Amino acid sequence: MEALIAKGITKRYTHHLALDDVSITIPEKTISGLLGPNGAGKTTFIRIINQIINADAGHITIFGERLQEKHIGMIGYLPEERGLYKKLKVGEQLIYLARLKGLSLAEATARSKKWIKKFGITDWWNKKVEDLSKGMAQKVQFISTVMHEPRLIILDEPFSGFDPVNAKIITEEILALKEHGSTIIFSTHRMETVEDLCDHIALIDKSRKILEGSKKEVKDTYKTNTFRIEHRGPFSLGDGHYELLDQKTIDEDFYSSTVRMKEKMSPNQLIRDLTEITEVHSFMEKIPTMGEIFIKLVKGGDHV
Amino acid sequence: MYKIWLIFQREFLNRVQKRSFLIATILIPLIFPAIISVMIYVMMKQEGSAGIQTVEVYDLSGRFQLEKTAKYRFVPVSGDIEKVKDDFNKSQNFALLYIPDFKLSEPEGIALYTRENPSIRKIEELENILENKIHDLKLEQFNIDPTTLQRLKTDVRLNSINLSETGEEKESNTGALYILGFVLGVLIYMFVLIYGMQIMLGVIEEKTSKIVEVLLSSVKPFQLMMGKILGIAAVGLLQFTIWVVLISTLSTATLALFGVDMPQQQAMEEVSRQMQADETARELLAQDDKAMQVLQSFNEIPFAFIIFNFAFYFLGGYLLYGALFAAVGSAVDSQQEAQQFTFPITLPLIIAYFGLFMFILNDPHSSASFWFSIIPFTSPVAMMGRLAFDVPLWQLLLSQLLLVGGFIFTTWIAARVYRVGILMHGTKINYKVLAKWFMMKH
Repeated sequence: MEALIAKGITKRYTHHLALDDVSITIPEKTISGLLGPNGAGKTTFIRIINQIINADAGHITIFGERLQEKHIGMIGYLPEERGLYKKLKVGEQLIYLARLKGLSLAEATARSKKWIKKFGITDWWNKKVEDLSKGMAQKVQFISTVMHEPRLIILDEPFSGFDPVNAKIITEEILALKEHGSTIIFSTHRMETVEDLCDHIALIDKSRKILEGSKKEVKDTYKTNTFRIEHRGPFSLGDGHYELLDQKTIDEDFYSSTVRMKEKMSPNQLIRDLTEITEVHSFMEKIPTMGEIFIKLVKGGDHV
Repeated sequence: MYKIWLIFQREFLNRVQKRSFLIATILIPLIFPAIISVMIYVMMKQEGSAGIQTVEVYDLSGRFQLEKTAKYRFVPVSGDIEKVKDDFNKSQNFALLYIPDFKLSEPEGIALYTRENPSIRKIEELENILENKIHDLKLEQFNIDPTTLQRLKTDVRLNSINLSETGEEKESNTGALYILGFVLGVLIYMFVLIYGMQIMLGVIEEKTSKIVEVLLSSVKPFQLMMGKILGIAAVGLLQFTIWVVLISTLSTATLALFGVDMPQQQAMEEVSRQMQADETARELLAQDDKAMQVLQSFNEIPFAFIIFNFAFYFLGGYLLYGALFAAVGSAVDSQQEAQQFTFPITLPLIIAYFGLFMFILNDPHSSASFWFSIIPFTSPVAMMGRLAFDVPLWQLLLSQLLLVGGFIFTTWIAARVYRVGILMHGTKINYKVLAKWFMMKH
């Protein structure tokens, strides 16, 4: 089943079109990256899922049901602009936010305590948020996002403000949540995060969805059949199936070369051809990183 | 509804648990009776210690043999004016009254020399004495016998009695109700302003601390706004109830301490303004009587009626303005920015406040008073002032109906601005922008 299906979502503000006929499908129990440059419409899209604002057109299906007010408790949302009540104590804050999501007082209290313990921050319970450091407040905010065990978790730049140690803790939590069956949507600019964590990707640019699919599909689509070879002794390729893009010395007669296949063939063929003209020491396909794909699509894309 | 209730609880508990709430709630009722006690004490002390002050009279006309009054003793002085002034400066006397030779028809050139600036009241008192004296002198000029003159003076006090529709006579308790209406009107004015501001600051806080986005993923903007408005209203009502209980207990105690002296004290003060010494006794009696009347009529106030109406106009006025304050809070990014918008909101409230003094308490049945107490923006303050003066039932009901309509209307407008404004940051706000938000689909 799909966790989320958005169909033809359009949102117009007075002076611009924030979303233009955006359709995105998020498979269940995946981590999906919602990517796009600043101002592309990601936040608008997330706000529509959270029912903070309404779309002008289109509709959203969540776990097979049309999105309604009752689904609020199924979604956990960590906005990019973090915020908590500064004067409120950590414990009261967590309980309050969980109750707004529909938990009973007893349940909210029990789960707040459990999470606080899990993160080893039990002594923060009676501290006011204004007395916490930024990273500490972020942890509290993360807890408030996932405490009601939402089936769909939307995290907008979840790692900003975390040091590497805490970022690792949060990463582990996110993966554990996925293990437990939650679906996670990431909105982020950090391509390493996408590379490491995401199974599925949707790219929005200038109010439109321009790319969607599993990470593997996307990479397959955008790979250029280029290979990097380390070899002993130089070689040159004629006007055949291959094109030599680059060749440089590494050490004495060791070289590194980049070769592109002009048409799609088996890499084995290339290796066979190469072994005849040089001594191959390493052979690797150059797979584009998510960052490269992002820049390629957003910058020079044909969508204007 | 459940979510509004949750937000209501949070807002209420948050504020009530604050130390500042506790301090304000307990200190203010302590401060008021304390101030009143101190004032009464100082007044008594002053009246007692000041005693009779001496005024030197340098009378060139030779006609002013002024009699001693409750406050002033008049001592004639003569000689070289410069020397008299010099002597006066060295003396402890209160003032030097210089009276040139003048025609009774045009009393000019009379001057009062003092070492310190005398209060306006004292000047008025002395002016009164002189006017009365000149008045008497004029009468004497027309050969009217002073004893006849004495007999001419009468003192009339009106016992105001209302004829109710059933023809039954009831003594009007206008005096007490006047005071009560005035106090309650001003209270509503203050409460709406103070608690309206609290709503606005609360909204601004949620907006600037960015928590609003988290909240809105759980509740509707309208629920958030209403929960806050109602929660703060409950804080206000609680605080007010505590104040009423504390103040009435403490005032009773305070009055018990000074109570016996108080009416007389007031009377004394009144009397001291009256110049004719022989009238003092009679006036004193009359004043005492009047004070008794006011006190007596307090017992006849329909308290249930007043309390119901106060609660109604308090809540109605608060909700009407509270929603607007919430809308302003949602639109701006800081308190400073809010100022330009709070002024137009508070303006009708201020107008109502002045209307209370200028029209309602002066002439409660004028058409200005009528409109003030009917229009929802001014009625909470104005109607409280008018209640004392037997407002026709249809006017009361119309005013209340319009107030209910009024706050539904402002809440509707405010909610439409709020839902958009609360998510907007760094926008330059003006009325055009607000109107646009109001019209915006969401």
